[in-house]
Amino acid sequence: MKNLLKINIAFIFVIAAFTSCNNAKSSNGKSGALASNVAEKVYVAPGEHDEFYAFLSGGYSGNLTVYGLPSGRMFKEIPVFSQFPTSGYGYSEETKPMLNTSHGFIPWGDSHHPDISQTNGEIDGRFIFINENNTPRIAKIDLRTFETTEIIEVPNSAGNHSSSFVTENTEYVVAGTRFSIPIPQRDMPIKDYKGNFQGALSFISVAPETGNMDIKFQILMPGFNYDLSHPGRGKSHGWFFFTTYNTEEASTLLEVNASQNDKDFIAAINWKKIEAYVNNGGGTMMPANYAHNVYDEETHTATSTMKKEVRVVNPSEVPGAVYFLPTPKSPHGCDVDPSGEYIVGNGKLSANLTVHSFTKMLDAIENKKFAGEAYGIPILNFEDVLAGSVEQPGLGPLHTEFDGKGNAYTTFFISSEVVKWKLGTWEVLDRQPTFYSVGHLTIPGGNSSKPQGKYMFAMNKITKDRYLPTGPELEHSAQLYDISGDKMELLLDFPTHGEPHYAAAMRADLIKERSQKIYNLEDNKHPYAAKTDADTKVVRKGNEVHIYMTTIRSHFSPDNIEGVKVGDKVYFHITNLEQDFDVPHGFAMIGQNSSELLVMPGQTKTSVWEPKQVGVWPFYCTDFCSALHQEMQGYVRVSAVDSDTPLKWSLGEDIE
Amino acid sequence: MKKSNIIMLLAAILPLGLFLFPLWRITLEAPQYPIPLAMNIHINDFSDVHPHDIKNINLMNHYVGMQYIPEAIPEFKIFPAGILIVSFLGLLIAWKGNYKWFLGWFILMIVMSIAGMYDFYLWEHDYGHNLDPKAIMKFTNKDGTVMGFQPPLYGSRDILNFRAHSYPQLGALFLGLGIAAGLLAYVVGKKKDKKTLVM
Repeated sequence: MKNLLKINIAFIFVIAAFTSCNNAKSSNGKSGALASNVAEKVYVAPGEHDEFYAFLSGGYSGNLTVYGLPSGRMFKEIPVFSQFPTSGYGYSEETKPMLNTSHGFIPWGDSHHPDISQTNGEIDGRFIFINENNTPRIAKIDLRTFETTEIIEVPNSAGNHSSSFVTENTEYVVAGTRFSIPIPQRDMPIKDYKGNFQGALSFISVAPETGNMDIKFQILMPGFNYDLSHPGRGKSHGWFFFTTYNTEEASTLLEVNASQNDKDFIAAINWKKIEAYVNNGGGTMMPANYAHNVYDEETHTATSTMKKEVRVVNPSEVPGAVYFLPTPKSPHGCDVDPSGEYIVGNGKLSANLTVHSFTKMLDAIENKKFAGEAYGIPILNFEDVLAGSVEQPGLGPLHTEFDGKGNAYTTFFISSEVVKWKLGTWEVLDRQPTFYSVGHLTIPGGNSSKPQGKYMFAMNKITKDRYLPTGPELEHSAQLYDISGDKMELLLDFPTHGEPHYAAAMRADLIKERSQKIYNLEDNKHPYAAKTDADTKVVRKGNEVHIYMTTIRSHFSPDNIEGVKVGDKVYFHITNLEQDFDVPHGFAMIGQNSSELLVMPGQTKTSVWEPKQVGVWPFYCTDFCSALHQEMQGYVRVSAVDSDTPLKWSLGEDIE
Repeated sequence: MKKSNIIMLLAAILPLGLFLFPLWRITLEAPQYPIPLAMNIHINDFSDVHPHDIKNINLMNHYVGMQYIPEAIPEFKIFPAGILIVSFLGLLIAWKGNYKWFLGWFILMIVMSIAGMYDFYLWEHDYGHNLDPKAIMKFTNKDGTVMGFQPPLYGSRDILNFRAHSYPQLGALFLGLGIAAGLLAYVVGKKKDKKTLVM
């Protein structure tokens, strides 16, 4: 036993020696005259704009961060699934409904895979969708305002991981389940998993104009784990591909028990066929309970509606719609090349990278060359659908992206590198180390028929020594590579926020031109908006006090309020009357058990305060709005419950 | 119709361009306004160059106690009437009159334009100097007098952190061309008249 340990240690040292050797080589190559060249490639002069937007998921931060490429500068954190005290998202009365679910209000989420809307297979930059993994949800962010405007909960799902990828015309945003579960949920022994649990793959339709989401149907698949997915495109448009693991259907120690089969599957789903079936009344409406939360830009308010049923389809009801493609060893990423012909199964425990051919798949289906079936779903022969494999490219392949020039780039988690290889010949062209243990990678426009090339960035799981140390907990690191030449060139190392899983990126121009500067005050339809100083007032309804308040440089109106009592529920409805770009006002009340509000020009937001003590309590503007920001403040007089202090409010004069 | 009368006809019509295009523009530049604030002055209106510019100019100006730019001023009624009248007179003399009338119209236009500019100067002066005594920030000149914030009548000038520009717009060009055409009509008409006399 001891000997075995020694051998292991020796082996690790040998590996370490090799690794450090590689590192030394690459860093030597970059010093000297070439280094300045690299710096120029990522230098964006002060005041200049980056060429690309990159939207990185925040992972366990629950949010989405916006970066510029090639500079690697972070511009914004968009709150999606997590409360965000900076702006009041999830704290303000208007946005609390966004985080409502069938389990009640949830302050946090785990965001994974952003994907930008497409038209005719090209990225159109209108919306970005992102999945919440833990309590299955899909969110839509409007790229005019960079605000989350819709969140739909996904019923019958658990670990919403093979999500949220859009089809070539954004007909659907697709969400697959990682865990299989009893459907419908019921009390049963866990050991009876096999044959009883099911995995739901949800097709959420997206309305062409508004982008409104609605679950069109769910396919109830066998009890495997559905890991990742991608849509077909071009010739394979109308199909969707999902990688699976745990085809062993184990419910415990999956690390071992789900790694036994030589091959798991890629599930190929002809969603057009199922759509037609459903349009003709097919499928079953099943009782469900899930939240659909929509933010209205005119009322600046979200509403949450509980939906009570969902349409489910059993694959056996629609023959010829679902097939299994055997794929070696627990494939993780499921990536489709820009032409739609190649489906890459990144078998994470496999030595080789498997690529299936869509044409060969159709041929095998037509000739009914089946190797068997699982739960009534035909299994095709591995050899019949295999386009080729990349032999021994690295260890632990996870994800593949494409440059649109016939090359593919695959991340290898264990060997910590990105490998460039050629579609069709399957030869390895180049490899570059990542720092360290890369997960996803992104090429702008990667998930479309027209990748925008030029750059690729790798998002890593381990940071260690890449930056100045910040104690045990570190932000993750990303590396940007120039992929315009034959060889990849490492340009930049930049820290990311949260734990980015995947990112979507695109040329800046489309989004930049449409980005909104302010909300028009005229269009504000918030029921509690005060659109001029004359509309400000304080209204009591029982123990609720509604304050219709405005902000403009540099005062609140009203700024002196009396007649509030201990035990009241005070609603500050704050309308920002500004109509100038980048002049928000903030609001914070002493002792308030909530966050501040940050109110954009033309917007109304509401904050609740429940005063517990008599006194005169101040509030102030938290955003350095102007030269007189420090003067932007006010007082609320709180009287005892049984007092008869009349309700009064004023600005610029003493309350009589 | 005589050549001079055709030119006069043109002269009478051109000032109507003031109803289509702005007369003047005041632009305020500052580092934190990468897109400058700007206001167009029409013959009958003030308008934003970019949405909400006037509101934002007012917000800036309230720090030093300047009045809000009014929604309407009496000039917005007087100026359009004046232009309509002189255009009508111009049309009348283009139809009936001779070159001597054209000179008269030209002089009338010059006088009216000067009066208009003077009126604009008076408004600007009042706007820039008639400050709220409770102004948040009070500035004085080196000689101790209260600093004014009057934009230039014509040209560019620094006012605190702003650089103010005041320049004519397309409407003013139409007016200017009209006036010049009036003079041209007179010159052409006079030459023709002399030739006729010699012959």
